[in-house]
Amino acid sequence: MDDPKRNSPCSEQPVSENRREFLHTFSLAAPLLLLGLRISAVEALAAEPAGAYNARDHYYGMGIDVSKCIGCGRCADACKNENDVPREPYYFRTWVERYVIGADGETDVDSPNGGIGGFTSKTPDKEILRTFFVPKLCNQCTDPPCVQVCPVGATFATEDGVVLVDNDYCIGCRYCIQACPYGARFLDPRTKTANKCTFCYHRVVKGLLPACVEVCPTGARVFGDLRQRNSPLARFTRFNKIMTLKPHLNTKPKVFYAQLDEEVR
Amino acid sequence: MTQQSSRLLLVAAILVVGLGTARHFLVPKTFGQRGHYRAAAVDAIEKLPIRYAGREACALCHAEIVATHSKARHQSVSCEVCHGPAAAHTESPADIKPPAPRTRGYCPLCHGYDPTRPTGFPQIDPVSHNPVKACISCHNPHAPEPPHTPEECGACHGQIARSKAVSRHAQLPCVQCHTTPEKHKVTPRLVHPEKPRTREFCGSCHAQDARSPKEILRIDMQSHNARYLCWQCHYPHQPEGD
Repeated sequence: MDDPKRNSPCSEQPVSENRREFLHTFSLAAPLLLLGLRISAVEALAAEPAGAYNARDHYYGMGIDVSKCIGCGRCADACKNENDVPREPYYFRTWVERYVIGADGETDVDSPNGGIGGFTSKTPDKEILRTFFVPKLCNQCTDPPCVQVCPVGATFATEDGVVLVDNDYCIGCRYCIQACPYGARFLDPRTKTANKCTFCYHRVVKGLLPACVEVCPTGARVFGDLRQRNSPLARFTRFNKIMTLKPHLNTKPKVFYAQLDEEVR
Repeated sequence: MTQQSSRLLLVAAILVVGLGTARHFLVPKTFGQRGHYRAAAVDAIEKLPIRYAGREACALCHAEIVATHSKARHQSVSCEVCHGPAAAHTESPADIKPPAPRTRGYCPLCHGYDPTRPTGFPQIDPVSHNPVKACISCHNPHAPEPPHTPEECGACHGQIARSKAVSRHAQLPCVQCHTTPEKHKVTPRLVHPEKPRTREFCGSCHAQDARSPKEILRIDMQSHNARYLCWQCHYPHQPEGD
């Protein structure tokens, strides 16, 4: 050790010089650095503007109060208007069924044109035990069988819990239509691809309600976010006894029915 | 390195590169970004046009109607239930006008009697309930109320009043046809109201050339059973026929 100062941890001279140098350079560089941060922040904002829709913040579901449905079929009509569903009476994303349970225990179910033109009111020739309307649509299952069977990954569940169809990649094999236990899918005769309820995804991301919910005159349909504690749907599921369709299939539907009758399949 | 292993390596390399190239061209660009699907498909669905503007959009311009409507019995009925999808109207309000149903066909979709509708929901039988007359001639669709039929005579003439209330003549006050002296209310058996006596009285509304609203049924006074008085065939308190 010829110069003890050089390696000594207590030597002050070189350190203080370095520190001064560092502070000097930093004072010059700091504005540039901050500017750089600022630019990257602005870029990040431009990429995802404030208030932009983030699918991860939502998880959608629908509530249907069977006792409020008057069977006007406005939902089925609005759905066809909004989503450009073929007008022929075979294609529906949502439809209304009329259940008439006779005193003899026989159940009649009908849905003329999905209920769009109204139900022909006929005096039934037998005694009615109970009768009601049931609106139906894709149940937006948490574990959707249609997604499992799609061979090309063209049907899928989004992060906000909506099952959608990729029109450009659907090969029209109809597996999903077969797999759906709720009969909620059809093959679009024009595009030859599978078609189904999207919860009006293009409306929902803009903060609008699905068309069927928008036009339901009695509030029988309720739409909302299952993650939010104060959404209309959260209130609906808190204050009603809830049933889902075909719960034994473990599809975990996100369409919740209140006042649902045992006869409904 | 032996000859075999170098060849095997070459084959393996070709397979790996081939698979990579195939994947690059076959797997859609945005596949797997958010899950096992093409993220671009979601973006495409998000961009679909909307047709129903929502009632909040209507309130921006039609504040007056919305103010009435939001307090009335139809408050839960969104504007576009009756007026149809109106997003196009919100974009060019002057060019595209949403329709309004003015005929009898539309309201019974909700209010026509059907035993399946919930008990207590207001329903009518479209066949017997004021046939021919448009619903909106008695009921304001923005603030519907059960219509108030003239009932001052109903205290004594209840049966007539009840028939008339569901007939096409529901909105006519009794005094339209029966000129009634005030004293009839005090001494009903001594002072009697007048009754129409001629065909021409009914003709003042129902003749071809009568100056009355055009939706009222017309007959040709000369050829239509001229030898009879109107009420020999038609009961005026519940006139029949369409």
